Amino acid sequence: MSLAIRVIPCLDVDDGRVVKGVNFTGLRDAGDPVELAARYDADGADELVFLDISASSGDRKTMLDVVRRTADCIFIPLTVGGGVRSPDDFNLLLRAGADKVSLNTAAIADPNLLSQAAERFGNQCVVLSIDARRCPPGVSTASGFEVTTHGGRRSTGIDAIAWAIEGAKRGAGEILLNSMDADGTKTGFDLQLIEGVRSVVQVPLIASGGAGALTDFAPAVNSGADAVLAASVFHFGDFTVAEVKQALNEAGIPVRLMSH
Amino acid sequence: MSIRDIVILDYGSGNVRSAQRALERVGATVTVTSDFESAVNADALVVPGVGAFAACMRGILEVQGDQIIDRRITGGRPVLGICVGMQVLFAKGDEHGTEVAGLGQWPGVVEQLDAPILPHMGWDTVRAPADSKIFDGIADERFYFVHSYGMTKWQLNEKTFNRASPVVTWCTHGTDFVAAVEDGPLVATQFHPEKSGDAGLTLLQSWVRSLY
Repeated sequence: MSLAIRVIPCLDVDDGRVVKGVNFTGLRDAGDPVELAARYDADGADELVFLDISASSGDRKTMLDVVRRTADCIFIPLTVGGGVRSPDDFNLLLRAGADKVSLNTAAIADPNLLSQAAERFGNQCVVLSIDARRCPPGVSTASGFEVTTHGGRRSTGIDAIAWAIEGAKRGAGEILLNSMDADGTKTGFDLQLIEGVRSVVQVPLIASGGAGALTDFAPAVNSGADAVLAASVFHFGDFTVAEVKQALNEAGIPVRLMSH
Repeated sequence: MSIRDIVILDYGSGNVRSAQRALERVGATVTVTSDFESAVNADALVVPGVGAFAACMRGILEVQGDQIIDRRITGGRPVLGICVGMQVLFAKGDEHGTEVAGLGQWPGVVEQLDAPILPHMGWDTVRAPADSKIFDGIADERFYFVHSYGMTKWQLNEKTFNRASPVVTWCTHGTDFVAAVEDGPLVATQFHPEKSGDAGLTLLQSWVRSLY
């Protein structure tokens, strides 16, 4: 037996409400992040990610309440990201009940934020989220992958694989690797991107973007992912967390199977 | 049976809300405080801990946690250490070649694990001896770990003082390390029971019941 590969649903939250359609039956309130979190927990999710996409800081305060209410009743790890700009933002989320906090754009703007957070809270709770894509015409990096911002709309010209190395060196205890090319295509994870980061980074790696079928997950793990993340396929009910775990299990990959 | 009063030692360590809620879920009354008398006199004390060994030790010493734990253990009063709250119970921690004094309840040095991927993050299996009480009925479950350091050489095998021999549960990530210890009133887990779903709640429930 060895460490289980984690299956992680991600919820986009705006002003305390889950956005993007959720197609579950039997929920009292499909927009309530806490109720959805409980549903995923019961279905065997190994961890949860909340991504705060609120535009205003007032709405982000609502997120603290969501985190508190989730931590009050869900006893699995919770990562929260979106709009985190300072070690104090980190502190508020951790004290509300988050176990890990993910940084994306703010870390690109100020990489010191990673080391500051790691020094204060430990690298185990610092997640570096990277939105990567293959370089479009006019952009060139050594690895052929670049970091984007604004949901993949803006180019930075930063080498995504070099950024993963630097992020881990500066104190990120985990990399959340989103393929902006694969995201939304439902044609499978970007295995080349996963392999590229895995071969140079020694912290855990969460693969995200592209999941569309149960058979998509094992290749991501075999390419080096320690965890697999998906959003819409779970929310729309294409398949369940339990089914993903079953598929991984059948592929010979260790997972945490629920005993009940 | 009366409800047990448990204090979670508040010395500025990360997320203690989950530990509080998980213990409440299994029937305890929980106070998060650094008050000396409350921590000494509670039915049980939980010592949480995330991040660096040295930083946790500083925080614990600031609230006289060393004396609180000493007083409790001398009097046979239960203490549960979680994650770095377990690591600091050993004599020393070694971070990047610098040794930091721990609380010395057990001998040995906590060191970085020798594994290709660190932190050891996620749900892992453990090897619990048959006489373990906290793993009763859940020995085959997975528990949530997140740490880079651990105790790889358990040194206290003989019976000490008036206590039974310690029950030591192991896990492997690159190397074998101690996942949990049950040593009379002093119990500790390297993993986070408050983050280990139903299995973790069951473990906490067994521990809380042992307080009666």
